[in-house]
Amino acid sequence: MSRLRFATAWLAGCSGCHMSFLDLDEWLADLGRLVEIVYCPIIDVKEYPDHVDVALVEGAVANEDNREMARRIRDRTRVVVAFGDCAVTGNVTAMRNPLGSARTVLERSYLELPTLAPAIPAAPGILPVLEDRVRPLQEVIAVDGFLPGCPPPAGMIREFLEGVIAGGPPVARRPRFG
Amino acid sequence: MTAERKMRINDVQVKFEEGETVLACARRAGVRIPTLCHFDGLSDIGACRLCLVEVEGSAQLAASCVTRAEPGMVIRCHTTRLAEYRKVILELLLAERNHVCSVCVANGNCELQDLATEHQIDHVRFDYQFPALGVDLSHGQFGVDHNRCILCTRCVRVCDEIEGAHTWDVAGRGGTSRVITDLAQPWGESQTCTSCGKCVELCPTGALFPRGTSVGGLVRDRGRIELAMAHRRHESCHG
Ligand code: SF4
Ligand code: SF4
Ligand code: SF4
Repeated sequence: MSRLRFATAWLAGCSGCHMSFLDLDEWLADLGRLVEIVYCPIIDVKEYPDHVDVALVEGAVANEDNREMARRIRDRTRVVVAFGDCAVTGNVTAMRNPLGSARTVLERSYLELPTLAPAIPAAPGILPVLEDRVRPLQEVIAVDGFLPGCPPPAGMIREFLEGVIAGGPPVARRPRFG
Repeated sequence: MTAERKMRINDVQVKFEEGETVLACARRAGVRIPTLCHFDGLSDIGACRLCLVEVEGSAQLAASCVTRAEPGMVIRCHTTRLAEYRKVILELLLAERNHVCSVCVANGNCELQDLATEHQIDHVRFDYQFPALGVDLSHGQFGVDHNRCILCTRCVRVCDEIEGAHTWDVAGRGGTSRVITDLAQPWGESQTCTSCGKCVELCPTGALFPRGTSVGGLVRDRGRIELAMAHRRHESCHG
């Protein structure tokens, strides 16, 4: 049996979910034997590849780059998993939503509060433009599995992945927000 | 001659006292029915709808906290239909306001968060509303964060029925409803609040908390209030 092609990706999140993934410690070595890690912020691959079997996606969709990446992941992946609360609920990343549009938040952060050279950063093509509303992953693309938690504990990630590798459904046994 | 006071709950035969609710009977029989607005010792209002059960012979579901037990009743509490409805109710509560468990005072000590886990909720199928809601920290000891309030009205009832102050109420309608202190004045300016802390103790979520509580720092000690309620029940029976 060929090994699953496995990926993890990082959208608008704090990387805490990936830190928790790293907390799998020596099991990561086992994982490396069980699956083929084809894309991940901690391996040196720049382009999200084709024909990925399972992807854990950390983070919400907060800007145009996140949206494009989410679509690319969906196009090239069989099982997309929303990984962590930001991907599942919007979580802390979405706490700006009740405050209004991206403009309102940028003005507050970069014009009203700073005392030194207030200016809204703009660098077309380099700095992705913020969307007005931060969205959980499933509001942007179809999602096949959910692994909530901020971050999901390493043990839960392992249990989830072991289930998927064994051919089971991508389901967290005792999901918990926060 | 009155019929014998017996009913069936999830195939368990239960005897009951005149006037008892289906929820009380179920609990006595060791059948768990999830609830959020109910609290032992407070009046029941059937607001959260989590305690819905199926009553044989009736097309309607019944909120077990406000349904009186009747002789011969056959109740089912855990069908697939009910499980799905309960999931929907909990998801709607999570979508309605801003529940960010990871930075909430009640993280790890919240009845809503626990019920979501109990019902295997791994995501919410409704679009989050992200309403703009405030936090009132005007009271010297306590705070209210409307982002986390589920409008269960436990605070309203405990303050009215146990403390006798009736500081809390609900203002507005539908999605714009919110709990208020006095006539929608800042809590700190309330003329009626005795600062007893009962509402804070009974709130099921992170909406009411002692000031200075940090993320996940909420600890609840309901023993004191449960004692006060037991005393009140005793008085109303014998008083
Ligand atoms: S009140 Fe409960 S469900 Fe809401 S954010 Fe706080 S811990 Fe989470
Ligand atoms: S502290 Fe006591 S008196 Fe004040 S609002 Fe809460 S229950 Fe009512
Ligand atoms: S403040 Fe707490 S107790 Fe009061 S209605 Fe809201 S959730 Fe219920």
